[in-house]
Amino acid sequence: MTPPLEYYLLFAAALFAIGVAGVLLRRNVIIVFMSIELMLNAVNVTFIAFSRQMNNIDGQIFVFFVMTLAAAEVAVGLAIIVAMFRNKESINIEDMNLLKW
Amino acid sequence: MLIDIAIIIIKIMIVIGGIITTVAYLILAERKVAGFIQERYGPNRVGLWGLLQPIADGVKTLLKEDITPARANRIIYHLAPAMVLAPALVTFAVVPFGSGIDAFGRHIAFQVADISIGILFIFAITSIGVYGVVLGGWSSNNKYSLLGGLRSSAQMISYEIALGLSVIGILLLTGSLRLNDIVEAQIGMWNVFRQPVAFMIFLVAVFAETNRLPFDLAESEQELIAGYHIEYSGFKYSMFMLGEYSNIITASALIVTLFFGGWTVPFIDVTKFGYWGAFLSVVSFAVKTGFFLFLYLWVRWTLPRFRYDQLMHLGWKVLLPLALLNLLFTAAWITYV
Amino acid sequence: MTESLFFIFAAMAIVSALMVILNRNPIYSAVSLVITLFSLAGIFLLLEAYFLAVVQIIVYAGAIMVLFLFVIMLLNPGKEAKFLSPKNPRIFIITLLSMAFIGMIITLVSGSVNYIGEAASSTGDLGTTRNIGLTLFTKYLLPFEIASLLLLVALVGAVLMTKRHLR
Repeated sequence: MTPPLEYYLLFAAALFAIGVAGVLLRRNVIIVFMSIELMLNAVNVTFIAFSRQMNNIDGQIFVFFVMTLAAAEVAVGLAIIVAMFRNKESINIEDMNLLKW
Repeated sequence: MLIDIAIIIIKIMIVIGGIITTVAYLILAERKVAGFIQERYGPNRVGLWGLLQPIADGVKTLLKEDITPARANRIIYHLAPAMVLAPALVTFAVVPFGSGIDAFGRHIAFQVADISIGILFIFAITSIGVYGVVLGGWSSNNKYSLLGGLRSSAQMISYEIALGLSVIGILLLTGSLRLNDIVEAQIGMWNVFRQPVAFMIFLVAVFAETNRLPFDLAESEQELIAGYHIEYSGFKYSMFMLGEYSNIITASALIVTLFFGGWTVPFIDVTKFGYWGAFLSVVSFAVKTGFFLFLYLWVRWTLPRFRYDQLMHLGWKVLLPLALLNLLFTAAWITYV
Repeated sequence: MTESLFFIFAAMAIVSALMVILNRNPIYSAVSLVITLFSLAGIFLLLEAYFLAVVQIIVYAGAIMVLFLFVIMLLNPGKEAKFLSPKNPRIFIITLLSMAFIGMIITLVSGSVNYIGEAASSTGDLGTTRNIGLTLFTKYLLPFEIASLLLLVALVGAVLMTKRHLR
């Protein structure tokens, strides 16, 4: 007995909501980053669930691209965090206000 | 049904028991080889030629006091040795160590799990192996061990790329990710002759992945004292050692499977000889693996350690472009020749 | 069997995802995220996405999370100040927002159950390496090449940004 699509969607929604809460709640940039990863993964779950539902592989290909994007994003993002830390000695997200006017 | 489960359990027990026993005697062999290379005797007091030394060592580490540093992070500190050992043992599950026999009315392959994405499985599990080292180094709350953990994380990520890319050439030639297909495709012609460059890259990268000299930056005795396992003692320390040496065994078995024909015997078709053929295939596999285990020890006592910038230079600027070129050449060869 | 496995994996993923955002120690957060990613790989397996399940472990657990751990250990940020106290004004907004979001999804999903219908019958080889590769290198060849370009740009960008002296 395979679980119906709704279960997967609700599960993904819960995961996404946790990710959103993490971004809003935490001040540590690295944790905020991890929460973004959580949201990306929640979306991946819906893609794959729909892919199975339709028996169509396109959704999985999209997940493949999302993973590529996530890897690139993490590499650049962590580089930015390291560069920021060198200048400000802090990884608090509220100290990153260079672009704030 | 019941007999299938029993067969699987017996296979798992044979593999794990085999690895643990080999580890014990690999450590003895390491000390003997070191002695030979440095023109001294090595252990020869316990039993004939020191053959009982591994048992004495095992009992000793079991009886030692297990010290936890006061400022250590307890949970992760206790978990880290298991995180090193478990992936090391699991990886061997997909390696075929013999041709298989027909018994109880079914074909029994000498392999714990014959999965269609064997190579990917190996890469997935080995990529988790780094966690034990990194977290063990961090949780000890010691500057040296933290440095060891940091070094090993960067090193493992860097060399995984070259490792993965070097294998793709073989996958192109074989057209399958199953390790058994790769072995059977090598009957008559080992992959090492078809992909010599890939073999060199794989060999170097696998030495780096297993944290062995000349790439043991993570635990270099002279600068970091013992690196990531500096605070560990007693049985947890020996679990780290078990993990490291199991990784060496799996790596050697993998080299043999991918490049040296796995369990096949040159010029003999072992599948025709029934039980004796199967026995011969296991012996062939063991002999080849044994040679690469010896190579590990030989290299350790011959080559000095790399500097850290040299290590990164080798990984990113030499091995990676070389692996890409090899892949390009192989693809062109398959398409046009 | 599949259903119970789904519930086990889903519960593991949700609990460890909560640990990610509620732990004050960033290392614990990272380890919890690894557990989440592993349970998600299990869920991918249940959905016949075999290749992606392994790629999930190789890319996310094997590379991305090690990078996270590396940076956390490099910067050694220490524990964050307590944020789960009633004094924190954000907490009410966040709870409200998350609840609203979940409520929205529940309404959407429960309203569209009739449109979703039954799952297509399984062929059993949906997400195998062969199928993914065939689709990726025929129908999606251009996006694939662009993705490789993206990775190259990210590589160069990351190296440039962490250089201390830019000349």
